[in-house]
Amino acid sequence: MLKKVKRRYLAVEIDSTETFDSRELMEALWKAVEKLYGEYGASKTGLNLIAYDPDKKHLIIRVMCSALDMVRAAVASITKINDKPIALHVLTISGTLKALHNKTEKQHQQH
Amino acid sequence: MKKTYADLHLCPNPQNTEQTTRMINKASKLGYHLIAIPLPANCTQEQIKTTHNICTNANVDFASRVDLNPKSPDELLHNLRKLRRKFEIIAIQCQSKPVARQAAKDRRVDLLNFPSLDYRSRFFDLAEAELASTSQASLEIDTKPLLTLESPTRTRLLANLRKETATAQALHIPIILSSGVSNELLIRKPKEQAALASLFDLHEEQALEAVSTNPTTIVKRNRQKLDSRFIAPGIRVIRRGKDC
Repeated sequence: MLKKVKRRYLAVEIDSTETFDSRELMEALWKAVEKLYGEYGASKTGLNLIAYDPDKKHLIIRVMCSALDMVRAAVASITKINDKPIALHVLTISGTLKALHNKTEKQHQQH
Repeated sequence: MKKTYADLHLCPNPQNTEQTTRMINKASKLGYHLIAIPLPANCTQEQIKTTHNICTNANVDFASRVDLNPKSPDELLHNLRKLRRKFEIIAIQCQSKPVARQAAKDRRVDLLNFPSLDYRSRFFDLAEAELASTSQASLEIDTKPLLTLESPTRTRLLANLRKETATAQALHIPIILSSGVSNELLIRKPKEQAALASLFDLHEEQALEAVSTNPTTIVKRNRQKLDSRFIAPGIRVIRRGKDC
């Protein structure tokens, strides 16, 4: 029997004074994964953009559960996009979008 | 139990209070509870107090740290004698083999740090690790070069770090993951630091220990030693008076 594919949703906070569009961000993410793990590693991540809110500077991406550590390291390694300084911080991780929203809201309330 | 995360190598310019405040606030926002900032060896108690106050306002614990860069073992011993009781953390930038060996066997040294760019100066081999395992020195790894370096240099650094962490783990030497950054945009969350450590094959659990338990243990141990009531490990004055 085929094994069920487990995925994880990541809420990512964009820390920069500059603005970026979703294409630039995803390209930077793919590049970072490829730089660290090569094309073979990148192909295992299943990186996908789910939502992007430029006003809140929040990004939601979906990745394979097995490649979570790889994506986390790649996200942390991004320091510049098109020579504009940036830092990406993973806010929350969850198995469903609903739980991700709940967790993110809870975190905002705590802050 | 909730982990206490620490970054023992935050490097703002101590003369620039504004930058220091910004970086400390950022570290606090990202989830650090304890930070250490390297101060000049000749700094006054007032300077230490100023940084301490900034940290208190940001709701972070502060540990004073000095980075020593001695050229010879004699210079190292002289500096240790002079500074051990002034700072909570003493880190040695090992630029030569004799200095690295002396630092590894001295119980007053807390952290061993090696230059990330000069691979010939990375002296953390089996002999160094054996000496460090008899003292209380830990291996400090800065994540800044992993963020700032580009492909061939970073690849080489990762290979070296992989070898060094394996040696340290084999001899039970604590590993400390620090940021070593002087720019607030390069500060990463503790769990992201741990994720970066996976690049040199440090497992998640050990990487999380390297940003929480290991650094806090050093600070706790040194604070006990610097306490005026401390006599020897496990022995301290609990009361003074004529009837004792």
